[in-house]
Amino acid sequence: MLWRDLLLAVRRRSDVATALLFFVIVASLFPLGIGAEPERLRSIAPGVIWVAALLSSMLSLARLFAADYADGTLEQMLLGAAPLGVIVAAKSLAHWLVSGLPLVLIAPLIALQYDVAAPLYGVLALSLLLGTPILSLIGAIGAALTLGLRGGGVLISLLVLPLYVPVLILGAGAVAMADAGLSPEGQLLLLGALLIVAAAFAPWATAAALRISSE
Amino acid sequence: MTTQSIRWFWYASPQTFFPLAGKIARVCTLLAIIFSISGLYVGLFVAPTDATQGEAYRIIFIHVPAAWMSMFLYVVMASWAAVGLAMNTRLSAMMARALAPTGALFTFIALWTGSLWGKPTWGTWWVWDARLTSELILLFLYFGFIALQASIDERRRADRAGAVLAIVGVVNVPIIYYSVQWWNTLHQGASVSFTRAPSMAKTMFLGMILMALAFWMYSIAVAMTRVRCMIAEEER
Repeated sequence: MLWRDLLLAVRRRSDVATALLFFVIVASLFPLGIGAEPERLRSIAPGVIWVAALLSSMLSLARLFAADYADGTLEQMLLGAAPLGVIVAAKSLAHWLVSGLPLVLIAPLIALQYDVAAPLYGVLALSLLLGTPILSLIGAIGAALTLGLRGGGVLISLLVLPLYVPVLILGAGAVAMADAGLSPEGQLLLLGALLIVAAAFAPWATAAALRISSE
Repeated sequence: MTTQSIRWFWYASPQTFFPLAGKIARVCTLLAIIFSISGLYVGLFVAPTDATQGEAYRIIFIHVPAAWMSMFLYVVMASWAAVGLAMNTRLSAMMARALAPTGALFTFIALWTGSLWGKPTWGTWWVWDARLTSELILLFLYFGFIALQASIDERRRADRAGAVLAIVGVVNVPIIYYSVQWWNTLHQGASVSFTRAPSMAKTMFLGMILMALAFWMYSIAVAMTRVRCMIAEEER
């Protein structure tokens, strides 16, 4: 399942690239809008990078189940022998590998543009590494609920963004803590805990939502 | 035992619940009027002027009960939604749907009166305080629930999808609340503290309780009326 989704993503490279480009562009817009003083940029960098990550991860959510829903593959999955929760978990993982992992890899580059101190790159990457899978997992619930609805894309943002708040606060908080010279360990541990909780429960909720949406 | 359970499920059918809801709505409307008149009287005329905050503090007679209701109604809504999902009863889903606008209204009132109170006492309409932020996110959660319900045409799917969202939301509310609190306490010193004077005058407390009861009765009355409309609309 995981392999299949990854293969599909590789075949449709432009989708992946679009989300990534969106992330870069959003992050680049802020200096243009706010002004380019290095001091100010440095202080808003963690927040901007995290908000951009949130938006770009959300952008690709609508496609998570849409294609499978349209061509009937999803129905086969619902009827098939494999437990739906596991399938959903695999799909969420694939979504993260396609949309989240590239963000983690490219984030230090954005941080460089924002003149963030070099030792913070590690913390930033680690917080994104822990945080973006949560976004994919929670987002899958929203994607499943809005499957096949009119205006689904806008609706997803309304449903999912409030639920993203803790991830945003903890992720950006970790970087800001490290910036202030304190240990970001607490925030990172909490992010890890959230990830475990989300990994345990979100696929289950997504599976329930998929059953509702496709009956 | 068996008669008990039969009577419970007797009212689970929309048709039999319809007249009962009407009765409850009438009684609760009356009680809401009585409680709010007496609560406002106690709050605005009987309760003493606060030593530090002057007359502006009287907004808490609306603000605090509204904030209580906003959080409480979300839990009630989610539990009705969960019952509807588990037992597959139409009426429970209707209850959840009927409560959502009232909950959103109280959340909005709490935010609004809060900012009205904040201007004279804190000197600002809005601070990114832990409570304010989590209340705002709660408002977004209500809006999400209402928007999801509104965008699904098929009634049963809307109810069940809404139920999943409400349950996910209710799991998330404490997480959001604590994350906001940590975020806030870690970043800046508490310039504004929510701790009120520990000794509250008895009449102040009485006024607040009366207003809380009034809001309770109002919520029940409005929800029942809304359920009646839904039954009349959908169960013909």
